Amino acid sequence: MSGKNDEKVRTIPFVRQGKKLTVGEIPEITAYEAGFLTVTNASWRTETPVCDRNRCNGCLNCYLYCPEGCVYRDGNTGKIDIDYDFCKGCGICAKLCRKGAITMEKHGK
Amino acid sequence: MRTFISGNEALAHGIRLARPHVISAYPITPQTTVVEHLSSMCSAGKLTAEFVHVESEHSALSCAIGASATGARTFTATSSQGLLYMAECLHYAAGGRFPVVMMNANRSTALPWNIYGDQRDSMGLLDQGWIQLYVENAQEALDMSLVAYRVAEDSRVLTPFMINMDGFVLTHTYEVVDIPDQELADRFLPSYVTDNRFDFDSPKSMAFSVGPEQNFRFKFREHQAMNRAKKVIAEAEKSFAEVFGRQYTGLVENYRCDDAEYVIVTIGSVSGLVRSVVDELRRDGVAAGLLKIRYMRPFPDAEIAEILRGVKAVGVLEKDISFGYEGTVFTNVNSALQVAGLSVRTSNFIGGLGGADISREQIRDIFQSLESDGRRLNFLGINREEYDD
Repeated sequence: MSGKNDEKVRTIPFVRQGKKLTVGEIPEITAYEAGFLTVTNASWRTETPVCDRNRCNGCLNCYLYCPEGCVYRDGNTGKIDIDYDFCKGCGICAKLCRKGAITMEKHGK
Repeated sequence: MRTFISGNEALAHGIRLARPHVISAYPITPQTTVVEHLSSMCSAGKLTAEFVHVESEHSALSCAIGASATGARTFTATSSQGLLYMAECLHYAAGGRFPVVMMNANRSTALPWNIYGDQRDSMGLLDQGWIQLYVENAQEALDMSLVAYRVAEDSRVLTPFMINMDGFVLTHTYEVVDIPDQELADRFLPSYVTDNRFDFDSPKSMAFSVGPEQNFRFKFREHQAMNRAKKVIAEAEKSFAEVFGRQYTGLVENYRCDDAEYVIVTIGSVSGLVRSVVDELRRDGVAAGLLKIRYMRPFPDAEIAEILRGVKAVGVLEKDISFGYEGTVFTNVNSALQVAGLSVRTSNFIGGLGGADISREQIRDIFQSLESDGRRLNFLGINREEYDD
């Protein structure tokens, strides 16, 4: 697992794209898509959460608990997707998913 | 409805009229009766809010921030050690741009332990990014509860708001207060609508990390927003006067300063006593005036300089001391004068620490010492021979 997924939802400038932001591009608030202004932290991960979309019912419990805010909703299916550039692999989402839809896959197997 | 109630009860009515969704609080003297009244209002069905009894002040503000992050209007209240225990969370609310409104009952800080009023608790936290207002009476406490939400939640501001009330002197004294109808409050205060929240339709990251360069820009934006609050406060007070018929004086109050030679600068409840002494001295032919600072942040530097232009001497009376230097209000006032290029003689009078009484006689003495060339830093009631220097 690596790299960006679903570029179409990324319409705003990101630090990961190497864009330098002006003051005017800084939001007034601290609610934005994951990684708008931070460097990626994917390298922290030793396990990767993978979502079984057949099980996911889009309840977004994982979003509420994700400490990196890197869970988002797929506009087409209403189910969740994960921004792996910013997922640190903590596994909280997998632990509390009531549908058992998320499993942690160990790296280097 | 006109009624005879305590300052804390008046403030609780103001908060009730603002219809907060979530109230989280931990009791501490002299704040306790604010949240007792709000709790009673909730249980009696007079206020539809989620009242959360938390286990500490740190949790009280954390809970308010979390609730605000769902788009809720939130309230908390504290005092002294409780406010200090919240210190970490104060930054979270300000940096996250969550417009929490908090009442702080100004009270001395330990040690020696003491529950009475001074302003060292909030003055020590001026840099936390909160709007800081100091009220003078119970009616103002009620009215400013509504103004606080209107200003804090304004999209140009989005900054948390601290309403400071002198402990006991304001919180526990009774006055005749006009409690407005809900209909008027609703006309004045719009609902809180924000994008700064958990949103299930468009899930976003909340309260994220930001690296050094962009972080700096966030802090710049925070500073700009606080400065914009000056204009928004003026607009809110104008609208308040139109709806309720009570006009407030903005960031400062100018009482008989226009032709004054000697002015005392105050904050909070002691202003009433100084106003009364100014009237006495005016009858005796002394050109005395009072400049009351209502907002310590954003700081009304231009307004203060304009009022003090042409004055012979200024005494800053405050219930605060930054040990090893001087009172913090004094430092700020001097900075405002210096920025405006004014060289007015100023001196600092520290009083009321730990709730010590400030007497009419002491106010008269301050005015008298302004006429001569007195000490720069003075502690009320401490004899001259007790100073080391």
